[in-house]
Amino acid sequence: MPDTPSLIGASPLRKEGRAKVLGAARYIDDIELPGMWHGATVRSSIARGRIRSITFTDAVDWSEYAIVRAHDIPGENIIVHLIKDHPCLADGLINHVEEPILLIAHPSKAALLKAKAAIKIEYDPLPGIFTIEESEAAVEAGDADRFIWEPNEAAGSATFGSPNCFRQYQLYSGEAKETEEGLARAFEEAAFIVEGEYSTGAQEQLYIENNGVIAECFRDDQGNIASVCVQGSMQCPFYLVHALTLVFNLPEDKCRVIQVETGGAFGGKEDFPSVIGSHAALLAMKCGHPVKIIYDRAEDMAGTTKRHPSRTRHRTALSKDGILLGAEIEVALDGGAYTTLSPTVLSRATLHAPGPYRWPFLRVRSKAMATNIPPHGAFRGFGAPQALFGIERHMDRVAKAVGLTPEELRRRNFLRTGDVTVTGQKLHEAFDMDAMLTRVLKEHGYREKLARFAEENKTSPIKRGVGFAAFLHGAGFTGSGERRLNSEVVLDFDIQSAHVLVMVSSTEFGQGTNTILSQVAAHTLGIPYEWVDTAKVDTSLVPNSGPTVASRTAMIVGKLVERASNKMLQKLRDTAGLPTPHTAEDFKRAVIYYGEKVMKGPGDNEFSVRYEPQAPVFWDDVLYRGEAYPGFAWAIYVAEVAVDMNTYMATCVRFDALQEVGRVLHPVLAKGQIEGGVAQGIGYALYEKCVYDQGHLRNNQMTNYIMPTSADLPEIHVHFEEVPSVHGPGGAKGIGELPMDGPGPAILNAIENATGVSFHSIPLLPEDIFERFTSLGHPHGGSEDFNTSVDRDTEVEAPEVTA
Amino acid sequence: MRSDVTQYELTAPATLAAVLAQLAAEPGKHTPIAGGTELMVALGVGRLGAKSLLSINHLRELRFIRVDDDAIHIGAGTTFSDIRRNADIARDLPLLVQSASWTGSVANQNRGTLGGNICNASPAADTPPALLAYGATVTLISATGMRTMPYTEFHLGYKRTALRPDELLHTITVPRVFAGWKQHIRKVGTRNAQAISKTALACVAKLHGETITELRIGAASLADRPIRCYATEAALTGASLAASDLESTVRAGRAALAQEAKPIDDIRSTGRYRSIVAANLLEEFLRSLAG
Amino acid sequence: MSTMQLTINGKRHALDVPPMKRLLDVLREDAHLTGTKEGCGEGECGACAVLLNGELVNSCLVPALQANGATLCTIEGVAHEQHLHPIQQCFLENGGAQCGICTPGMVLATHHLLDKYPNPTMEQIKEGLAGNLCRCTGYMRIFESVQEAAQALSLNPDP
Repeated sequence: MPDTPSLIGASPLRKEGRAKVLGAARYIDDIELPGMWHGATVRSSIARGRIRSITFTDAVDWSEYAIVRAHDIPGENIIVHLIKDHPCLADGLINHVEEPILLIAHPSKAALLKAKAAIKIEYDPLPGIFTIEESEAAVEAGDADRFIWEPNEAAGSATFGSPNCFRQYQLYSGEAKETEEGLARAFEEAAFIVEGEYSTGAQEQLYIENNGVIAECFRDDQGNIASVCVQGSMQCPFYLVHALTLVFNLPEDKCRVIQVETGGAFGGKEDFPSVIGSHAALLAMKCGHPVKIIYDRAEDMAGTTKRHPSRTRHRTALSKDGILLGAEIEVALDGGAYTTLSPTVLSRATLHAPGPYRWPFLRVRSKAMATNIPPHGAFRGFGAPQALFGIERHMDRVAKAVGLTPEELRRRNFLRTGDVTVTGQKLHEAFDMDAMLTRVLKEHGYREKLARFAEENKTSPIKRGVGFAAFLHGAGFTGSGERRLNSEVVLDFDIQSAHVLVMVSSTEFGQGTNTILSQVAAHTLGIPYEWVDTAKVDTSLVPNSGPTVASRTAMIVGKLVERASNKMLQKLRDTAGLPTPHTAEDFKRAVIYYGEKVMKGPGDNEFSVRYEPQAPVFWDDVLYRGEAYPGFAWAIYVAEVAVDMNTYMATCVRFDALQEVGRVLHPVLAKGQIEGGVAQGIGYALYEKCVYDQGHLRNNQMTNYIMPTSADLPEIHVHFEEVPSVHGPGGAKGIGELPMDGPGPAILNAIENATGVSFHSIPLLPEDIFERFTSLGHPHGGSEDFNTSVDRDTEVEAPEVTA
Repeated sequence: MRSDVTQYELTAPATLAAVLAQLAAEPGKHTPIAGGTELMVALGVGRLGAKSLLSINHLRELRFIRVDDDAIHIGAGTTFSDIRRNADIARDLPLLVQSASWTGSVANQNRGTLGGNICNASPAADTPPALLAYGATVTLISATGMRTMPYTEFHLGYKRTALRPDELLHTITVPRVFAGWKQHIRKVGTRNAQAISKTALACVAKLHGETITELRIGAASLADRPIRCYATEAALTGASLAASDLESTVRAGRAALAQEAKPIDDIRSTGRYRSIVAANLLEEFLRSLAG
Repeated sequence: MSTMQLTINGKRHALDVPPMKRLLDVLREDAHLTGTKEGCGEGECGACAVLLNGELVNSCLVPALQANGATLCTIEGVAHEQHLHPIQQCFLENGGAQCGICTPGMVLATHHLLDKYPNPTMEQIKEGLAGNLCRCTGYMRIFESVQEAAQALSLNPDP
């Protein structure tokens, strides 16, 4: 690696970038297979009940169509994640609006429209549950008619589930009994006790490319199903492989999945492809042709996963100097109708609920409740944005109660190097939140603005304010998760060109997977970036390096790529005379020599490594103690807002994001990740409301689901610090999700600074701000009072004319 | 895409006369389509009931901006981009330029037409408030002739206009009398760009010293159609903006608007919010007049 | 069905399509140019944007008949043979494309913007691109890409 400038920390062009700017990148809807049919999904129009009848009227010739119902499923009628409670197709019982009931396929898309219109379904509705509170109330009342989900031995949910509740956790900062006693003392001795409740709404991932797949089913000479193959837009091909093995009762090597160019995902294509992929494969099975299913925007928004809504309650004890003595935190999530990923989202929410602070005594209780809404799922942040919104809003409230500035309260309570987290994880790395706070407040001009706005706000109709949020984000899977995943990475070289192929199941969907993994390999191998590529993610060809989630790709998979590269170098040194140090030409010579003289058979040019923790990571799943994550990224985000008191619109006008991330592998990509995540976080805080009506998402169009445009977002200033972690290549930790954690609380803290009024719920719309300011004596009047059934400006009708 | 496009007929008769002849021959059977930014959305969601469409997008006879001494005449087929580019409209009708600039995106402004915006008749439409405040007149054309009416008489109810089944909107005429008037327009949407109006107010006022001698207010989303706020205008005509009178003038204006406006709760906002925000916009205007 | 004549990226096409077929679908299905994307089908996201007679339009809202005889530029026509257009090169170098699905529409919107305003202010850039939604970037890298492209084009104007 002598004369080439370091690739780590450089910004080489994206591997797939050229194809993207040319418009040549092929997404799933750009692909056609010969003889391909199209598929559609017939869905429930009620939230809960029984199907009384399904009638296929004779408006169409049904012999032209392939139809799949629950009883056609060759294996299990289950979409598997952690628990087997999620039907692939509803079989008599309905538990959410838009629940898939049957599937139809036809060579022509237009014929599918006719067919859907010709299917009449009648239901016997049952009372539905649509909020965390309604779900809890049913449990408290013991009202079995409103137990919409119950634990089931066969499904595997009996151990941890209870009526209407998918999962619960209890996290103690020490041994349970000692902690309870400590807490009791803390509250007794406290100079201040501060309580608060905070809530966050659902959020739609709104990838610009909707969900889509093309599936094929292959039969043997006897006509039995031999294998299935699904290609499509997705994050985790091996998750879909697993789902298909159950639906088709086939072994893994007969279920092939290929990820194609994916137009955005953000978690929305983590677990959901198991549903659409299984559906398309079933239709392919029925009709004997490849089947493409592409959702349109309305269907995708109405029927697929969203971010879990949350409610967090804090009760905090402090000394007269504003030192945290102890707290009780309760976190509740709305999981939707089936378990899917709720236990994991809840776990992350639980672990992030305490924020970046020292807690002598702490108890967190958390639960994921069932509702009759399409199951909620993964969305960038995965429980952490919800929990961190709670603690960071609460800390500003605490500061006020205690008579300290928000800044001073944090400084007195931040975790420091050498401290132990609430799960007992010792923080060895040399991070410094105190210094970071000083730095980012200065970058933003925070103190100067505080003073200036306090003066200007007295007379201006636009109230300005600043606020910040301090947080941490655990990278990688929780605790023993990475050990269980046991990820594998394979590198190989071409014996003539010496070009190297990185084989992983990690997918590219805009965040830069192909680029950074190639960078890491090229850097470690000491060869040009142009000599390295990543293989197409085809499960018949690549090893399972785990799902592309949890901000683990750079850190965990990157480290595996680094190790595999070193393994390759060692082999070349040992057998092919590769010198140390070496040039790229040396590498090529050694590879050629290896190919000619050393290699005995295929596979000899492949180098495989499996996950090994780079430092002790011990986690007790039962006690919920130990090393929760291999590494934490630390961050402080600052927002400046302007609240127009004529329109009650709050706008973020400047944003500073400072994060410590171990090592910035690719500055341009890293900046892009933070900026994009902050933009989504601003949407989460101020614009993006899912407007539900009895479980139906009424604003399932881009016109009415308000995502910020280029005209709405502030300048986003990104700052990095680097304290290298042993777990990632070059010291890198994960960064993909952390930018979602900061904007919500920072912006609401800023709005409180601007207006003097404290808001506790996001999304915070102008109607909510309006209602608080105008106190018209109505109990509501904020955005929860939108009449969801009236949309006279986008419900498009042919205009009437007078006779 | 929820429609079968083979079930629709679309033809483009070569001239305006040919279109009008078709409309006359089979009234109510054909739906005119200009830029398509409304009707094609309906097609996409599977709600375009009209199966036979006549394209008027290409008709030169409808796409013009003519200026004479008294007025500016805008063809119904004029696009929002045409309006934004026109120097005469920029000089004389700034509120119309403003409202065209916040209608949808640049791509939609290149296709959407003033006539389409008016005839689609959404109460939230962006250009009607300015046209109402400016006292526009509209000319309707059919095979049997033309008729002109004040624009204030064009909107009859929710998405109902005075257009007969055999008629097209031909011209929107705005008098060139507003030099020296104070003009103000503001839209409150769900975000800064590409947003449907929650409410919007267009105001033009003539002052004599510190007294309002004439006032016109056009509003969006305060009723089932775009409206002139006549009662509010009446309450404020003759009102004084002098420092000692300003507060009571503002109060009178707000009270009148609160009575007159009947906004609803819908999927985007609430009636109370719209009502108060509209009053805030009015107050903002009045205070700006007081200087 | 009617036969329509279209010139797409300099090439003449004669296509038999229903007159109400969306121009977006004509491009993707009949002309086999899949660079133009569908993101919403309601003219909100701009992923389907093309240049129709030099003007930026959302092709999901244009019925085929109304494009008869038109000259179109799609993303496939922006590069010159194998050489990236400066706009494309700047997007590539400045991180203006992440997942890439909004990129075709965004590049065309940028093209349209820089034709109108060769030296755009930030306000003009924001307004010109407000009809193109990007969920990945937060727009910052895109604004930089546009500014770089404006500079590059001023040194080396488009033929």
